[in-house]
Amino acid sequence: MNRIISKSRLSDNVYKMQIEAPLVAQERKAGQFVILMADDEFGERIPLTIADADVEKGTITVIFQTVGATTTKLSRLEPGDSIAALLGPLGRPTSIRGENGEKPGHVVCVGGGIGVAPMHPIAQALKAAGNKVTIIMGARNESLFVMKDEMAAIAGENLILMTDDGSSGRKGLVTEPLKELCEAGAVDEVIAIGPPIMMKFCALATKPYGVKTTVSLNTIMIDGTGMCGGCRVSVGGKTKFVCVDGPEFDGHEVDWDQMLSRMGAFKPQEQAAKEHVCKAGIFK
Amino acid sequence: MTPKEKMAIPPQAMPQQDAAARAHNMNEVALGYTAEMAKTEASRCLQCPTKPCMQGCPVAINIPGFLAKAADGDFAGALDIIKETSLLPAVCGRVCPQEKQCQKFCTMGKLLKDVDKAVAIGRVERFCADLARETGAEKPVACAPKTGKKVAIVGSGPASITCAADCAKAGHDVTVFEAFHRCGGVLVYGIPEFRLPKAIVRHEIESIKQLGVKIEPNFVVGRTRKLKDLIEKDGFDAVFVGTGAGLPKFMNIEGENLNGVFSANEYLTRANLMKAYLEGSADTPFWHGKKVAVLGGGNVAMDASRMALRLGAEKVYLVYRRSEAEMPARKEEVEHAKEEGVEFHMLENAKRVLSDGKGAVRNRGQRIRPRRRHSCGRGRQRVEPAYPDDDRGARDQQARKHRRRSRDEYDINPRRIRRW
Repeated sequence: MNRIISKSRLSDNVYKMQIEAPLVAQERKAGQFVILMADDEFGERIPLTIADADVEKGTITVIFQTVGATTTKLSRLEPGDSIAALLGPLGRPTSIRGENGEKPGHVVCVGGGIGVAPMHPIAQALKAAGNKVTIIMGARNESLFVMKDEMAAIAGENLILMTDDGSSGRKGLVTEPLKELCEAGAVDEVIAIGPPIMMKFCALATKPYGVKTTVSLNTIMIDGTGMCGGCRVSVGGKTKFVCVDGPEFDGHEVDWDQMLSRMGAFKPQEQAAKEHVCKAGIFK
Repeated sequence: MTPKEKMAIPPQAMPQQDAAARAHNMNEVALGYTAEMAKTEASRCLQCPTKPCMQGCPVAINIPGFLAKAADGDFAGALDIIKETSLLPAVCGRVCPQEKQCQKFCTMGKLLKDVDKAVAIGRVERFCADLARETGAEKPVACAPKTGKKVAIVGSGPASITCAADCAKAGHDVTVFEAFHRCGGVLVYGIPEFRLPKAIVRHEIESIKQLGVKIEPNFVVGRTRKLKDLIEKDGFDAVFVGTGAGLPKFMNIEGENLNGVFSANEYLTRANLMKAYLEGSADTPFWHGKKVAVLGGGNVAMDASRMALRLGAEKVYLVYRRSEAEMPARKEEVEHAKEEGVEFHMLENAKRVLSDGKGAVRNRGQRIRPRRRHSCGRGRQRVEPAYPDDDRGARDQQARKHRRRSRDEYDINPRRIRRW
């Protein structure tokens, strides 16, 4: 169960894995995620967005960055190994403009870092529903871009690359072209997925223009089914559970400071756990 | 023996770990009867022809029947009688609130005018189950001939395990679907090791597997597969939904999303299922508060406060809005919590949680002291805030007992507020 079919390294610390999970592949929709464990005895449960799925082959694709103990352990698994526990699909699917009753229009997708991975199925669905799709991809430098070709295939000439150091595309932050597009007045909707701080500033950038901005939150979770409340965050003054009410919310309503602070709740312990795993790896 | 002679037999106390030592270890608190104690306790049963105790038992175990066997020293025979209606005696003997169920109706307790002096039915039940498990003397349970019917059980907590066992015994083909990676529901994520050792839960799960029950962990019915598909495509003839209380209900007070404020579900799941209690071996982190306030008065609140002590809290306050008499927790758990040093604050409630300015709980919370209000006929008393109390210490963490939606609502509308 949950056998790894293929694994590739997309950049220094970003991995892509195809995992056998036929039921999840069948049921999943764009925007949903899985919870997985690298070790079901002492491991932790972490959420990862489903980047892609193949119903025929019965597989799902996840893309992750080695940021903590679990992702580091996952990165050491090879094709043929199994993921100790995998649960999903969880969360509400993305509401796709053109399918949800709203008329197709111009949708801008902003993907930061590996946020591009979960954006891929959403951009595909938006395109299929008849929207004009513009994609803004941001990374610290060129080597950190993932899935550039796949995104170019969807957006064509409407693909905007942004890097912090100017090594590819324009030098600057993703919010710059986003503001310009909003300024030009032709944006009906924005979807932003990436580091929390990027999503926060995307929401701030679009707010003056009143453009609907959806963000996908990736808070700390345990069960992923609404049982623990660890993932909760204030949205529009009300407490919401990211696992069952989200993961996507109106970016203008999210209490970003609270969300950022909650994500850092266990930072020292997480760092220590990762170092422990990394050191243990040397002797492996 | 005459009833009078039986009344003269002293109730057998449960041997337990010393309070000071156990407050810092995860081993089971109650150590269990010896065979002699179990026999003596069982012999206190008056064998009432009306069997009043049975009306208090949700699964109607033939209690006088098994106690008679135990009094004769035939513990295997006693267990056979228990297993006619309950497949979880080791668990139920430990976690059922017996003083509100079977023992509440016990004639011995009534004669001695104290429910605590009723026959300790749960303790004898536990002894019979433990003895058989530890000596490998358990007998296989017989199943009826196969019916060819398929039953899906959603969840793997106590209700689901019981239902799965009953369906399997009736000859059905049973599959249990569990969302977590481990089976047992609240028995593994909620109830701590020191109250219910996980080896026992594993053993009980194994015993239902031996009846032919199939178990599918990491499977959320409704997400991984729709309920409709289980029935229409996978051929299940019946579905039992045993998903428990569901979402934790927060109190909607200021500051409850600060770091350091947890639902009991999260707090205990981190500690138990995710094994944060085994310091250093678990990847899942735990919030080690030095001063912890637990809001609520049920078993979960007792578990959370006692877990906090074991994981290094120096001070644990248990804050409950009603009085001790109305606490829904098992009496034994309340006593254990007090012995271990949990400080009880009755007729008080949290008004808000203060921030340290960096997103976490500051070491002072605000509380209100409610005034009791007369009972409104149904349920427990309602309370309303009334007068302030003196200052007492500080807290830097709050573990919350989640309130289930079925509990009656209350208002927080304090006239005066105090801090703690």
